[in-house]
Amino acid sequence: MNAPSKPNDWSAYPDAKGRFGDYGGLYVAETLMPLVLELDRAYTEAKNDPSFQKELKGYLTHYVGRPSPLYFAERLSKHLGGAKIYFKREELNHTGAHKINNCMGQILLAQRMGKTRIIAETGAGQHGVASATVTARFGLPCVVYMGAVDVARQKPNVFRMNLLGAEVRPVTSGAATLKDAMNEAMRDWVTNVHDTYYMIGTAAGPHPYPAMVRDFQAVIGTETREQIQEAEGRLPDAVVACVGGGSNAIGMFHPFLADESVKIYGVEASGHGLETDKHAASLTGGRPGVLHGNKTYLLQDEDGQIQDAHSISAGLDYPGIGPEHSFLHDIGRAQYLTCTDDEALKAFQLCAELEGIIPALESAHALAKLPQLAKEIGEGGVIVLCLSGRGDKDIFTVADALGRSI
Amino acid sequence: MTKDRIDRRFAALKAEGRAAFVAYVMAGDPDAATALEIVKGLPAAGADIIELGFPFSDPMAEGPTIQRASQRALAKKMTLNGTLDIVRAFREGDQDTPIILMGYLNPLVNRGFETFAKQANEAGVDGLIVVDCPPEEADPLSDALEAEGLSLIRLASPTTDDKRLPAVIRRTSGFVYYVSVAGVTGVKEADADAVAPAVERIRKASGLPVAVGFGIRTAERAAEVARVADAAVVGSALVDEIESAARLNENVTEKVLLKASELAKAVRSARVGTK
Repeated sequence: MNAPSKPNDWSAYPDAKGRFGDYGGLYVAETLMPLVLELDRAYTEAKNDPSFQKELKGYLTHYVGRPSPLYFAERLSKHLGGAKIYFKREELNHTGAHKINNCMGQILLAQRMGKTRIIAETGAGQHGVASATVTARFGLPCVVYMGAVDVARQKPNVFRMNLLGAEVRPVTSGAATLKDAMNEAMRDWVTNVHDTYYMIGTAAGPHPYPAMVRDFQAVIGTETREQIQEAEGRLPDAVVACVGGGSNAIGMFHPFLADESVKIYGVEASGHGLETDKHAASLTGGRPGVLHGNKTYLLQDEDGQIQDAHSISAGLDYPGIGPEHSFLHDIGRAQYLTCTDDEALKAFQLCAELEGIIPALESAHALAKLPQLAKEIGEGGVIVLCLSGRGDKDIFTVADALGRSI
Repeated sequence: MTKDRIDRRFAALKAEGRAAFVAYVMAGDPDAATALEIVKGLPAAGADIIELGFPFSDPMAEGPTIQRASQRALAKKMTLNGTLDIVRAFREGDQDTPIILMGYLNPLVNRGFETFAKQANEAGVDGLIVVDCPPEEADPLSDALEAEGLSLIRLASPTTDDKRLPAVIRRTSGFVYYVSVAGVTGVKEADADAVAPAVERIRKASGLPVAVGFGIRTAERAAEVARVADAAVVGSALVDEIESAARLNENVTEKVLLKASELAKAVRSARVGTK
């Protein structure tokens, strides 16, 4: 790719056409176009409405439990013998992951738009649980599309969604994982366009979703900036987060984009390895194309057919990535590393043993790169990692991978 | 040259005072050779225009029937090149029947729009329908197609109101494709009473013929639509025939062409003037 120069003003993205450089846009069926344009108008209006922001902040404080703590992972820092490592504790949010930040914003917007039915897609189930939670809280019916493979490997979350009153619809087409769930959600949306709000879980999809989800998740990075300055008297040297679609990552990264001194690292899932066909590293192992309403890096074959992604983590098992990450990758503002299933499993165990925190397998991908990054940044340096979710949902997958039975 | 083929066909139909029967099948379904045989047989079975799907792994606007056809085609290694091969082979015997390719954007992005447009023109394609390319994103593709004389057929839907219509018909040619139901292909039924005013509105605004598709499964419904529209498009009902004949080990080509001629007869007997 040509590497365009870095912008001076990050707030210029996305532009009026919903683009981050070459990426983003709104590639949806004509039936959905008026709705997507209406959503853009409604979101812009809400964003600039102090009463909307006040209401959102109220729910984030009293229902979600924000601000989430910034925690100094002392034993892990010592163990790795390099930079000081802090965790931004998104796993302590209500429902156990960062996903609720976005769902709270979107449910308030859906209500404002007078929508009466919510649909969502989910991979690991964390976005599904967060969607089911906010729809329960505001009394709207919710249908969650989930790949049949994910339904099987994320049983606790399926049960939680059901308890919260949501209907989980297993999707059997394609590889029966996240991308197929997203296809099915879009089919539902186009069919029920008059009353249905599609609550997308990551910073991807047609404009305005990538910008909107980013804005709702940016609370992560905004809080981190304040908290780290209080703890260390300065900005961190690096921030790091796992990237599937990339919503926790963009939420952490965005408020730091203009701070040249802060290095930004995303970690993609490389599954069985980049040299195999079983990975989910869209930026490192893919190329630009159009899927699910946006132009972005995709895993695809030489004919432009989308390839199935693989990761031990259901939440990273997606062949695309949010368009803003594609942009940051091209211009070099963020660096994207990769982590295999095995590396993530080791990091999962290490975090549990040293810090008493069982991380989500997704977050374990970011954790796995800490030895390398802590050394690179070095003693006296500061790294903040977004601990995007908790690992309760993953214990069956991990036990299985370790050859143990629960 | 190619856009002319569409215009000539609609002019001829207008002179005959009837609507077109547009038949959709998927390239490579159930395999490349049979798909070619089907496409070759469609004009004699009464198809006035052929829509040839090119498969995509993630066909987000299709119902189960076309999704499965896409999967069957991909399983048989059908590609964009393979699709153009079918058109090329068809053109050896038929210079008159317009062929419109229908599919999703990513295989075209992957190829590069200019390269694709050139290859499509050389193969004998007349136009293109790209489900996930709304007018807001269409300019680069329109530029490439227009340079080769191909039409980018625009889609309008029940959600396309008067305010949006000008955006939809900007830079369109050939005809406008009216998606008669809010939904995916082959599931809901089109309501001919609701279709009529929409067709009239789009026809007036665009000055182009209006084809109606997405909810026409039976001969009766095809005739109803043909009474009010300039063309009736049938896809899922034909693809269902292909699927069931293949499953039952029957002659696939024979079955689907039989179904096509039944639908074509219904469209022709609707005998509607198209203004």
